[in-house]
Amino acid sequence: MDKKKESIWKRMGIGQLAIPLTALALLFLFNLIRDPGFFSVVVNINNSGNPVLGGNLISVINSASELAIISMGMTLVTAACGGQDISVGAVGAISASVFIKLLIGMGNVTAGTLTVATLACIATAVAFMMFNGTLVSVFRIQPMIATLILYSCGRSIAYWITGSATPQVDSPIITAIGMTIPGIPVPTPVFMVILVGVILAVIFKRTNTALYTQSVGINQGAARLNGISPTAVKMLAFGLLGVCVAVASVIATCRMSQVSHKTLLVDIEMDAILAVAIGGNSLGGGKFRMSGSILGAYIITMLTVTLLAMGINSVNIKAYKAVVIIIIVGAGSPVIKNRMILWRNRRSAAAVKGGAAS
Amino acid sequence: MTTANRTLRRKQREPLSDASLLTLIAIGIFVVMYAAAVIFMGGAFQKVQQFLDLFNENAALIIIACALTVVMIGGGINISVGGIIGLTCMACAKFLEYSAPANSTLAVLLTVALALGVGLAFGLFEGFMVSYLEIQPFIVTLAGMFLARGLTTILSVNPVKVTHEGFQALVKTKLQIPWLGYTAKNGNLIPAKLEIGAIIAVAVVAAVWLMLRYTRLGRGIYALGGNRQSALMLGINVKSVCFRGYVISGLLAGLAGLVFLMHKPAANASIAMRSEMDAIAASIIGGTLLTGGVGNVIGTLFGVMILAAIQKIIGLSPLNESWWQDMASGAMLGIFILLQSVILNRRGKGGTKDMQADRG
Amino acid sequence: MQNDVVLTMRGISKLFPGTKALNNVDFTLRRGEIHALMGENGAGKSTLIKVLTGVYEKDSGSIHIEGIDGEAAIHSPQDAQNAGISTVYQEITLCPNLTVAENMFIGRTEDAVVHWKAYEKKAAAILDSLGIPARPKQELSSCSLAVQQMVAIGRAVDMNCKVLILDEPTSSLDEKEVAMLFRLMRDLKSRGVGIIFVTHFLEQVYEVSDRITVLRNGELVGEYPVAELPQVELVARMMGKSLNDLGDLKKADKSFSAGTENVYEAKGLSSVVRKPFDFRIRKGEVNGFTGLLGSGRSESVRAIFGADRVTGGQVRMNGKEVRITGPHEAMKNGIGYLPEDRKRDGIIAELSVRENIILALQVMRGFFKPMKRSEMEKFADEYIRELNIKTASQNTPVGSLSGGNQQKVILARWLLTHPDYLILDEPTRGIDVGTKLEIQRLVLKLAEENMSVTFISSEIEEMLRTCSRLIVMRDGNTVGELTGDELTQAHVMETIAGGEAQHG
Repeated sequence: MDKKKESIWKRMGIGQLAIPLTALALLFLFNLIRDPGFFSVVVNINNSGNPVLGGNLISVINSASELAIISMGMTLVTAACGGQDISVGAVGAISASVFIKLLIGMGNVTAGTLTVATLACIATAVAFMMFNGTLVSVFRIQPMIATLILYSCGRSIAYWITGSATPQVDSPIITAIGMTIPGIPVPTPVFMVILVGVILAVIFKRTNTALYTQSVGINQGAARLNGISPTAVKMLAFGLLGVCVAVASVIATCRMSQVSHKTLLVDIEMDAILAVAIGGNSLGGGKFRMSGSILGAYIITMLTVTLLAMGINSVNIKAYKAVVIIIIVGAGSPVIKNRMILWRNRRSAAAVKGGAAS
Repeated sequence: MTTANRTLRRKQREPLSDASLLTLIAIGIFVVMYAAAVIFMGGAFQKVQQFLDLFNENAALIIIACALTVVMIGGGINISVGGIIGLTCMACAKFLEYSAPANSTLAVLLTVALALGVGLAFGLFEGFMVSYLEIQPFIVTLAGMFLARGLTTILSVNPVKVTHEGFQALVKTKLQIPWLGYTAKNGNLIPAKLEIGAIIAVAVVAAVWLMLRYTRLGRGIYALGGNRQSALMLGINVKSVCFRGYVISGLLAGLAGLVFLMHKPAANASIAMRSEMDAIAASIIGGTLLTGGVGNVIGTLFGVMILAAIQKIIGLSPLNESWWQDMASGAMLGIFILLQSVILNRRGKGGTKDMQADRG
Repeated sequence: MQNDVVLTMRGISKLFPGTKALNNVDFTLRRGEIHALMGENGAGKSTLIKVLTGVYEKDSGSIHIEGIDGEAAIHSPQDAQNAGISTVYQEITLCPNLTVAENMFIGRTEDAVVHWKAYEKKAAAILDSLGIPARPKQELSSCSLAVQQMVAIGRAVDMNCKVLILDEPTSSLDEKEVAMLFRLMRDLKSRGVGIIFVTHFLEQVYEVSDRITVLRNGELVGEYPVAELPQVELVARMMGKSLNDLGDLKKADKSFSAGTENVYEAKGLSSVVRKPFDFRIRKGEVNGFTGLLGSGRSESVRAIFGADRVTGGQVRMNGKEVRITGPHEAMKNGIGYLPEDRKRDGIIAELSVRENIILALQVMRGFFKPMKRSEMEKFADEYIRELNIKTASQNTPVGSLSGGNQQKVILARWLLTHPDYLILDEPTRGIDVGTKLEIQRLVLKLAEENMSVTFISSEIEEMLRTCSRLIVMRDGNTVGELTGDELTQAHVMETIAGGEAQHG
């Protein structure tokens, strides 16, 4: 009985998620004490007369969507390469530009044109990510430096594609993707997160992505001697990140019904890396836990929404966020962990000694 | 022993190291680029002022690029420098506007102290987190960046213009070099001008160069970045060296903030946004490796010059649009990164068994 | 006499989880002598060195150093340096990006400023007096490994060390460089430095050493003046005969291994680190590559598996010509390979025992055909039971297992792929005697089931009891192939030791 229990706990990885789960729990507790109304979910009627869910919790779940999706891809790249991609925001702007340019170019937004535009968007993001992947896996450049190239010029490429500052597209289909589908009160981006999550879960189930990625990330040499190609695995990770970025860029575009190459998904790379770290994943690569990163994304967003609900000016939030981040990563610091282990050992040793003496 | 003696005699000069090669390439590209601009674009480029403006306009970037070079040589990274510039600017601007004493000298001195104090505080904090708590530098300095940007907007969301007379006097003080000037259409001689900030930036480059080359700390930073384990075995206190590297980078970022304000005496929330990435790019172009142990600030200075010259050339060309500038900078960065990769992989040849196996 | 001794280590013991790395070892070093510390892998040489240099803390025993009253307290490399003990490791512990002069002086002063001119002058003097062919201003990475090592020695000498430890200094040097190094060592000896010389090359020991201390399985075998210990005796002492009484595992009749088909056959196979060689193995045969560490035995099997970049040769598997340029092709052709360095090339430390066991089979099945969880668990359970792997559960990260159990996990990984030809490079290194026997029995059982096995071990006893054919290597060349009656300990040792065989 006891054994069974332990294995389920371990399978769910609760142990490794201790810090992010505690952080989330503390956030909930904090809000509960501060203002229980934080958790109230209300039903609003939007402009077109359809019921839409509202409230802080819904806002957290909705606005975390892009971050959660990109964090999933970032987790894979981090695990395989031991470094992070800082160009996700810029590549997102590029793929969004392709998306909106095609939609505008094809005239009416229909299911057909939307599909074409989305596929092109995904292809674009994957192609740019493959560029990053080649630099990292073939030319052995550190991921952060390799992706610095697109980080610094990606948004200009986006502008070059659209040819104007903020191309707009107006259609009920776009609103349905970015906001809500008439009749369904839950925001559509939430379903997109679930969709991406399910797709990744299927990929993990049907292929050896997780096993290969972790093997390469932990011990590239040993992985190679077992017939795994580190180059292919790294390219795959960047490719999947490309898909995630494309989906996130479609959501972000549809939310605003426009693409602003300067602000679309801006600074999301930093939040995504943070989400990976807060989720208890090592930024040095290797073993990863996708659920941790997703949790990290919601913690970051929950923190933002909490601070907003406290009446803190949205531009000032970064400062408070920084403090919380420092506390969370500080708690996971190797030095502090070792101290804890040492302290615990010493205590148990003392206990044993005490027992022997008596 | 005879062979050894012979080689000693024959090769008095040391062959070029890879690091110096990368730096020389950067210098060469800058010279060629600028010369081409002078020849083919003429006009503004023929004035010396145009060249001096590269320093005047990029003084703060030069300083934080030096900061980044120090940290990167030690094998770390610091992405909070841009945020620290923003915070320093805002803090100094608000101080000068609302609480500075009327006495000019005292006000300026206090402002300098404030700027350096802000930078030092960040440096101490980040250095401690990275060296003694062993948290990844990227995350620590990312948090530092968030903190700095957040504190900036807490100080003021609205732009603050500096009108304090003492500081304005400082801003207007420029080194005039008549013999480098030119004669305007109306016959007046307009001397070339160098701002105080530019002079500070050049001084910083010199100081950091001396520090890296001639002090125990500087050499410790190289050793740390070259091989952390070896550095430890050679008797270097790696934690302390790493810590002091971050303190220096924080201090320099504070100084850069002050210089930024002296160039443009107005602060707003988005000052020096993303400039940390420009600083990293400049360091890389100048021959600094993110993996540590290799680099020098002369190269970094030319890295900044290359990026600045690209902006200027495209700004004065028919392609004058910001996206062209970014794409040219990106392409330049890409070329240098690939070049480094090729040079490093060449160096890796004849390496150990597992490197060869790795390559196979 | 007593005054001559610079270092005394008494009753040193060191316990690691699962193994006793050092058990009550004594060691004495005298002024102006070159003292070889010998033993095969896992004998405890490097542990002893690490205890002496403060990398490890000893569990018990005492260290006395000349000029220091009472017991020397060595808790860090820094302490060791202060006590006059300097070490030059096989992997260079200097900074490649600094100059030669700087590497000699960095970390030694409290001065805030670097006096380049003074450094370079002093460095030039040291380099000159020791005859090291390097220039003070040269970047260290531009020097050959030999010169880098000599620079490290120069640094140690300038720090007035009393004890100089050279840990495998010659393993990556060519003959000329070795000669250069030996000249330097003799020079230091004449200046009164006590040198501890760790190496695997027998000839070199006899060339420069005055005294030899032999360790085996963490225990002291003995200390001998070099003249009193012939080469063959030394090999015997290092390899040990302690397992003799366990009897011959092999059936008296070796016919079971006499299948005639060649499972694997290579002509002129070469890799970036292995000269061309021919090799074949028959169905159900157990053969071995022997020779001391560094003789090229591992490089040979790595070439067969495609672990290093293959540069030439023709390979046939079961009579069909195949191309094996990488591990994946080798695996598809039915070859399995248990690497020599378990930690670096074998285990994926943070993954579970289960994932480590199924890894190779999973890769062979393909990226799009992941096993079901239940299937993985079944396989893992089966092999944990069959090989008697001691682990808390199959979810335990393999890195937390003892060395022997880690090795069994990797063995299980390859057995699960049911290869035609299995290569085991040092499968018994650093594991306890019981597990060693288990592994040897397993090898013979596999051969009976018609698997071909190449077995490499530093312990000749083991190979004699399992292999029906031994290929002997020395310095990267095949120097003999022994079968049948030739498979005796004396004969193998003679072939390994070369030249002075008649003493045996």
